[in-house]
Amino acid sequence: MTGGEDDVFAALADPTRWQLLNVLVSRGEGSASALAAELPVSRPAVVKHLNVLSRAGLVRWRRQGREVRYSVRPERLDATARWLSRIASEWDDRLAALKRLAES
Amino acid sequence: MVPDRIEREIDIEAPIDRVWSLVTQGEHLGTWFGDAGASVDLRVGGAVVLTWAKYGSYRGIVEKVERPRLFSVRWSRKPDMEPVPGSSTLVEFILTGDANRTRVKVVESGWRELNLSDDERSKAADENRNGWIQELDELQAYAQKVATPA
Repeated sequence: MTGGEDDVFAALADPTRWQLLNVLVSRGEGSASALAAELPVSRPAVVKHLNVLSRAGLVRWRRQGREVRYSVRPERLDATARWLSRIASEWDDRLAALKRLAES
Repeated sequence: MVPDRIEREIDIEAPIDRVWSLVTQGEHLGTWFGDAGASVDLRVGGAVVLTWAKYGSYRGIVEKVERPRLFSVRWSRKPDMEPVPGSSTLVEFILTGDANRTRVKVVESGWRELNLSDDERSKAADENRNGWIQELDELQAYAQKVATPA
């Protein structure tokens, strides 16, 4: 029934993670320290949240020298939006079937 | 914030009492919602089972029955399992109308609480009360924004 969307929803349910994702979108890329400087949470907390986002496929990371730099994976968010659209369209189909039945 | 609800509605040329029956009785629900039968114990806390030939049986529990205006069920997202927090969504059918026509609105909500720990869930619920709910459009706009960086 799901292709990991549940993990995405869980990852985004936390307001700090949502904020973190937004900061990452506007910066393009950033290290945990740089991101922590823009958020009201500590660096270790940012690392923890980045790991959750990464597990949900929302964030990727690469090593550059001694730093790990994070960036957003838009395709995962896009897939989730499309998944929600599909649920909405399934409801449209069911409601149309209900209408046909009621009016017959 | 990720959307937590989907709303759809349809206008039907039929009396509200007839539509209410089609929405709340298993023999009907199993034809337009599921495709291989359904059963509904139409009272708060009553069991609902909805079956699809292809996907199996999904269980639900009736949360609200206000004839002929409101019927809501908490559905398990996994087959053959009781609907439990973290693995279920709430589906509400809201009917308005009269002896001639009926508007049916369906609201499905609760994805944000899927797969969360209890702590995270209560925190999310608090945030929800503080006005974090947004619409599907916003996530789509957001995804597009991310997909096409300036």
